[in-house]
Amino acid sequence: MTALAQDGAALAAWHYRRLLWRRGLLVAGLALLLLVTVLGDLASGASGMSLGRLLQGIFEPTTLSATERVIIWNVRLPYALMAVLVGAALSLAGAEMQAILDNPLASPFTLGVSSSAALGASLAIAYPLGVAWLAPSAQVTVMAFAFACLSVVLLQMMSRLRGAGVQSLVLFGIALVFSCNALVSLLQLLATEDVLQQLVFWTLGSLARADWHKLGLLALVLAVLLPFSLRAAPAMTLLRMGEDRARSFGVDTRRLRLASLLRISLLSATAVAFVGTIGFVGLVGPHIARLLVGEDQRFLFPASALVGALMLSLSSLASKLLLPGVIVPVGIVTALVGVPVFVVLVFRRGRSL
Amino acid sequence: MSLSIDHLCVAYGARQILHGVTLPALPAGSLVALVGPNGAGKSTLLRALAGLERMQGTLRLDGQDVTRLGFAERARRLAYMPQQLPPGLALGVLESIVAALRVGGSDDLLSHAFEALRQLGIEGLAERSLDSLSGGQRQLVALAQLLARNPQVLLLDEPTSALDLHYQLRVMGAVRERVVAHRLLAVAVLHDINLAASQADCLVVLREGRVVACGAPADVLKPAMLAEVYGVEARVEQCSQGRLQVLVDRALA
Repeated sequence: MTALAQDGAALAAWHYRRLLWRRGLLVAGLALLLLVTVLGDLASGASGMSLGRLLQGIFEPTTLSATERVIIWNVRLPYALMAVLVGAALSLAGAEMQAILDNPLASPFTLGVSSSAALGASLAIAYPLGVAWLAPSAQVTVMAFAFACLSVVLLQMMSRLRGAGVQSLVLFGIALVFSCNALVSLLQLLATEDVLQQLVFWTLGSLARADWHKLGLLALVLAVLLPFSLRAAPAMTLLRMGEDRARSFGVDTRRLRLASLLRISLLSATAVAFVGTIGFVGLVGPHIARLLVGEDQRFLFPASALVGALMLSLSSLASKLLLPGVIVPVGIVTALVGVPVFVVLVFRRGRSL
Repeated sequence: MSLSIDHLCVAYGARQILHGVTLPALPAGSLVALVGPNGAGKSTLLRALAGLERMQGTLRLDGQDVTRLGFAERARRLAYMPQQLPPGLALGVLESIVAALRVGGSDDLLSHAFEALRQLGIEGLAERSLDSLSGGQRQLVALAQLLARNPQVLLLDEPTSALDLHYQLRVMGAVRERVVAHRLLAVAVLHDINLAASQADCLVVLREGRVVACGAPADVLKPAMLAEVYGVEARVEQCSQGRLQVLVDRALA
């Protein structure tokens, strides 16, 4: 190798490392931004408790009145943390879905996982199982989880059918959305007045169901699955360059897909079961992350989780500020904020193609 | 090193695509072109060699049964290049090659990746994004992805389709150069029969899943064969520099 070529190699290596550094910094920046947003989210609420008082209460609980303690530990903290965890779980699931299905429109919401969960929850609300040892609210969560898992199993079975391409999988997901929504509407039609109210509220998607058990479970799912996602990330990056290319590079794409679908089902089913259908985070989060850190899935997965958390945290903040005295269900806010962002993304994409 | 293919069959369900393809041992240091009309099974044969299709028959590399190699080992020795890199990928050129090497588990990824670019003369593109490249440049990058892994056999599916004249010759020239210099075997599906005639050492003509002819371009390219396989009336002439040229006059009814 000539000296000139060596210089070229060194320069390229330097550029490459700088790129990695920049991405690492972007991910760290997102984490920092998330922290700020969470603090903002914690500091806002109907009771008007200030951030200083709140932080003081967290670190020195004895200085608080009983009411303040309830506000901090039962309302503000669980809501804020739930927004972070649900946003991260949905967005990570969306990023993995978009990678394995090679489709920019894939997300737990668009492929029917959320709708299936809503159907399960609606069934449990309208026709309680009558199991004494399981509280009605827990039944709703369990049924939502079971139906979400069922939908992913169906999607998996479809993906394993011979000749079923990625396109047919996406179409199947869309069909699933419509059937589940139709069945939920049917349940609403047949329901009595007060059951109807519960049904509608569930399908809206709200952080108001957050409690520490659910938080712990969701945190556990994320903490267990994220390392597996990161380990699969290099192979996923190759998959983004085309299925045949990845396979010819020695990636067992079938196993990669199956493991990923399992992660997606756990992540989205847990998130959806706890808070209801929250759309667009799982779809838009990965797209924004991709604009920031590119297609290298080692950075895209954590960045997607952070962007999703950030989006839902901001939505949670907005849901308290939109109408004074009313907490708008966060699912409505994400859809309202998500749609314009999504449209902008679609048009950007259209221009660049 | 040589690749031998014996009674290779591929079927999609009840539909038989390849009917027992048998070829003489393909030696290292040669470029073999698979040619034939649409639907002849060229791409399927290439994909079967790459392990992307379920196949029957034997496939030996240096006398060793390729179908018994593990997934990763087979991929390391036989490298397959699909038609085009998908558009809209937010990846850098060097990054995409490093990503390809990372899965193979080799060390010193960066210098290997850069060396592959340098050997194709496209190291200047290292920091560009894939999306900013022309079709020809992207194909060279895809080739660099392949070469960086140091395979023994290159399997190229229409490497020059959708490329302009300059890049058709550059891509095929780069392949030829590596084949000769590193004693590799390259098997390429080529649509352009004149490009195949000028670049390949050996032409394999397929029709309806069977081998019709196999041999040096001068032996294979005959008006009778072209009429039978492609349904065209054609002349095979030598140009002033001695290269074979297929001139198609009309389609036979």
